[in-house]
Amino acid sequence: MLDLTYELPKPKVIAGAKHDWELVIGMEVHAQVSSKAKLFSGASTKFGNEPNSNVSFVDAAMPGMLPVINEYCVEQAVRTGLGLKAEINLWSAFDRKNYFYPDLPQGYQISQLYHPIVGEGEVLVELGDGTARNVRVERIHMEQDAGKSIHDMDPNMSFVDLNRTGVCLMEIVSRPDIRGPEEAAAYIAKLRQIMRYLGTCDGNMQNGNLRADVNVSICLPGAYEKYQETQDFSHLGTRCEIKNMNSMRFIQQAIEVEARRQIAIVEGGGKVDQETRLYDPDKGETRSMRSKEEAHDYRYFPDPDLLPLEIEQDWVDGIAASLPELPDEKKARFIGDFGLSDYDASVLTADVESAAYFEAVAEGRNGKLAANWVINELFGRLKKDEDKTITDSPVSPVQLGGIIDLISSDAISGKIAKDLFEIVYTEGGDPAEIVEARGMKQVTDTGAIETALDEIIAANPAQVEKAKVNPKLAGWFVGQVMKATGGKANPKAVNELVAKKLGG
Amino acid sequence: MSIDQNTAAKVAKLARIKVEEDALPALAEEFNTILGFIEQLNEVDVEGVEPMTSVTPQRLKRREDVVNDGNQQDKILSNAPDAREGFFAVPKVVE
Repeated sequence: MLDLTYELPKPKVIAGAKHDWELVIGMEVHAQVSSKAKLFSGASTKFGNEPNSNVSFVDAAMPGMLPVINEYCVEQAVRTGLGLKAEINLWSAFDRKNYFYPDLPQGYQISQLYHPIVGEGEVLVELGDGTARNVRVERIHMEQDAGKSIHDMDPNMSFVDLNRTGVCLMEIVSRPDIRGPEEAAAYIAKLRQIMRYLGTCDGNMQNGNLRADVNVSICLPGAYEKYQETQDFSHLGTRCEIKNMNSMRFIQQAIEVEARRQIAIVEGGGKVDQETRLYDPDKGETRSMRSKEEAHDYRYFPDPDLLPLEIEQDWVDGIAASLPELPDEKKARFIGDFGLSDYDASVLTADVESAAYFEAVAEGRNGKLAANWVINELFGRLKKDEDKTITDSPVSPVQLGGIIDLISSDAISGKIAKDLFEIVYTEGGDPAEIVEARGMKQVTDTGAIETALDEIIAANPAQVEKAKVNPKLAGWFVGQVMKATGGKANPKAVNELVAKKLGG
Repeated sequence: MSIDQNTAAKVAKLARIKVEEDALPALAEEFNTILGFIEQLNEVDVEGVEPMTSVTPQRLKRREDVVNDGNQQDKILSNAPDAREGFFAVPKVVE
């Protein structure tokens, strides 16, 4: 694997009234496991079903119902852990986190506080400007999602839907290694990308399948480095946790807004209270979730309904052996094997489908040319076409490869190739046959080009005289020849002939 | 550790159990008896002893990822004091 080395990104600095401040951010990302059934029951996880139809008596916490763990969910948590190069704990256990809320019928959430299934790992977070940071993951644990409350259907009532209750979440907890809003967004994007490669979470933020709690604190320049040296949190400011955000844009806004709020407090001589806050995107502010404060005493204890979760190393090894090539490795390989730029390789490895498409096109061809066509022509065209994605592409890798072959063999010019691409995109068909049938082949026969050029020279004596004084006018002749040949003349051959005739 | 009346009241509140003021001293006393017993247990040296999680040797039972439950909205809502349009309807709770 090609070793990609990066500079560290600069931490975000916010100028206060008195001096500069830096940000320190840690995140808890909740990723919904893409399972068919829930973590402890056989009810469906399907999004958008009739309210309270994906609910078993276990999810509704009817007396006497017992949880039975979904092994597939365990496998996905392990898979995600392996994808983040994390240690897998063969022995983990479930605890009850006790609190009351209408969308939590049990009165507790089953989670893994004391013995999570996945331990320390790391994520390489690239900022796209050649800088990157390894963000440490502290742990991943499995837990139940809560139901959904809807507050706007009635002025006096909240409506509760338990369809999401008990769906398996992986909570991925980072260390406070993130240093700015952009890094926070890039971190989530990278987690999302890795989990989509692994197939463990679909990453759909709009449906709430990927959400984040963000811990934000501020510190003076230099303090963070002391924390990293010693891992002593006293070098950092008091943090506030902004809960439950499922939009990259809002996460970035919330971090900035919250940091500025804390700076104003500290510079005004006050103290930041450690608390849970909510971001209100309409008002552009965070506010305290007072109700959460008292309930913060969760009185965790081991869930007596569930034995510890013991898994075997062989089973873990089997999952490890089935992991796909992950984004970092794939990107390094694309750079190494196909000679792509860092940027192009990032774009092409953004998701598995794009990467597979590119590889099919690039196989046995010029990698850079293939990358150009996939990124600039195909992606560009798909975007214009109602934001289609690569999986909707009407042009197959074989067809696009055919177009590139025609360019590489000089059968068609670059300009004609774009016309050809549009035909293949809208009408379909075999590129080579289309070129043949519609007479799009490039004219490399210098005789034919010469004839066309001679006619143009004969018809435009005044231009010829001007061009002899001003060589830049040669371009006009080239254009005329291209026009006369319907764009099919080989531009290189035309240029050479024009230069020869006008110069001579 | 000793539980006073305030702590007893707090525990009751967290558990959403209503305890009358005059019942608090007895409740605190009961907690203290329980904690006293646990302190006694804590005196036992368990160095190197694995915690027992089950009286019979067994492994956590697993289920396959198959949907075989649900689709019973009427039953789920049948005990609800108030249900509307397929939802549980509860007094407004909003952050």
